[in-house]
Amino acid sequence: MKCDHCDKAAVVHEVTVKNGEKSEVHLCKEHAAAAGIAVPTDQPVNQLLTQLVLSGKTRSGAKAASPTCPSCGLTFARFRQSGTLGCPGCYDAFGRQLAGLIERAQCGATHHTGKTPRRAGGSIDRQRLIHRLVRELDEAVAAEQYERAAKLRDQLTCLERDDAPGPAESAG
Amino acid sequence: MKWSTNSAWLEQGPESDVVLSCRARLARNIAGFPFVARASDNQRAEIFNLSRQVLRQLDLGQDLLWFDLREAAANELMLLLVERHLISRHHAEMDLPRAVAITPDERVSIMVNEEDHLRMQFLAPGLQFEHALLEINRIDDKVESRLDFAFSSRWGYLTACPTNVGTGIRFSTMLHLPGLKLAKDIDRVRRAAKDMHLAVRGYYGEGSDSAGDFYQISNQITLGASEADILDAFSAKILPQIIAYERKAREVLVSKRSTYLDDRIFRAVGVLQSARIIDVKEAMKLLSRIRLGVCLGRLPDFELATINQLFLRIQPAHLRMMSPTPLRDEELSIARAAFIRKTLG
Ligand SMILES: [Zn+2]
Ligand SMILES: [Zn+2]
Repeated sequence: MKCDHCDKAAVVHEVTVKNGEKSEVHLCKEHAAAAGIAVPTDQPVNQLLTQLVLSGKTRSGAKAASPTCPSCGLTFARFRQSGTLGCPGCYDAFGRQLAGLIERAQCGATHHTGKTPRRAGGSIDRQRLIHRLVRELDEAVAAEQYERAAKLRDQLTCLERDDAPGPAESAG
Repeated sequence: MKWSTNSAWLEQGPESDVVLSCRARLARNIAGFPFVARASDNQRAEIFNLSRQVLRQLDLGQDLLWFDLREAAANELMLLLVERHLISRHHAEMDLPRAVAITPDERVSIMVNEEDHLRMQFLAPGLQFEHALLEINRIDDKVESRLDFAFSSRWGYLTACPTNVGTGIRFSTMLHLPGLKLAKDIDRVRRAAKDMHLAVRGYYGEGSDSAGDFYQISNQITLGASEADILDAFSAKILPQIIAYERKAREVLVSKRSTYLDDRIFRAVGVLQSARIIDVKEAMKLLSRIRLGVCLGRLPDFELATINQLFLRIQPAHLRMMSPTPLRDEELSIARAAFIRKTLG
């Protein structure tokens, strides 16, 4: 997630609710310091979650505005109290709120780049192979090496056919 | 008891003068169900039955023993499994349909209906994370060929707690650091580990103190890197440093304070060979010195694997299991002392 004032990654995320109005602030290190907000140090994840949970408790006004997961009925407020999500669908339902939290807890990571279940589109190795082929294809096209590009495209088509109905690659 | 309680992961392994064991664990959830905490009783029973069916057909080249933790007889067994690091304390204390599947050598353990539907771990003696990762990945592939896991292309494997999301992988290692403890240098390790986003816990996890000078270190990051890269970041940087620190501390003890060192070691042997009543804390403290003595070649009569096993066998549930009659609390310390005397001859 980016800083509200510049293109750097935000390290401070604050959600406040005043008179039923929710406002979010995301700031990079520099802008947070400029605004007089203490920048969190690299804390263990559990501690981080506990803090979020605590801040959730003190802001009781958030109750009415709390989003709810349509699959399992869990509210985001409830998640902040327990630290545990209700179902896989919660990741979609709370996507926006979770993104900042996960990014902080995972040292800035925003996307999965590890193993993929075979049914969802391939093993670890195939995923890596696809990434590499796409990069090579771009290079070949840029260098106007059309014969090489055609071969790479064939390989990619082949891999992707095996994958069907694999999910589209998310832009990282 | 169906298995021998001679855990393969307590044998001697690479770097085992400092590294007791290493573990790779995967958190997985079956698609189409809520996470355990929010599932209905029926759904929990369904997850339980589905897992049993799949795990029963899993071909790992050896048996996979299935323990239903709801059975009344499971109470004592559960404490034993917790002491052996095969289930979590949380898993033992929950009150819902849950189980654990274990190979007889205890390398593989799969918890069913813990925080996530499946928590699969591979334990290996010493430092051999690559092996542990390959093995747990192979098991994951086999389970996955029969079950759909909850997965999203952005977040990866979806877990009940977002701190596990992505790869769902947790690497952890149990380090024995008596040299740094005697050199009073252990806080430096704690700080260094924290700086590297690693968690440091005691022999029995969160909240347990560093009994026996054991420290469990694990990665915290599960998203944004491949399993192999997460392992690299974890095992390539800080672990070799800590192992080197510990060996250096032992070298200094040997070269500069050998009388002090031998006094600590042989006094421990003396007490453990003669005590008639001993609590778990004192026993672990003294066993730690004996383990140090064995690693430094000062106690040629003792074997490392025997000492490693002793750390477990002096725990309450183990003593109770070995005793022919029920043991009251105050009798535990007597049984413990007797068992240690017998083992150390
Ligand atoms: Zn900024
Ligand atoms: Zn949900």
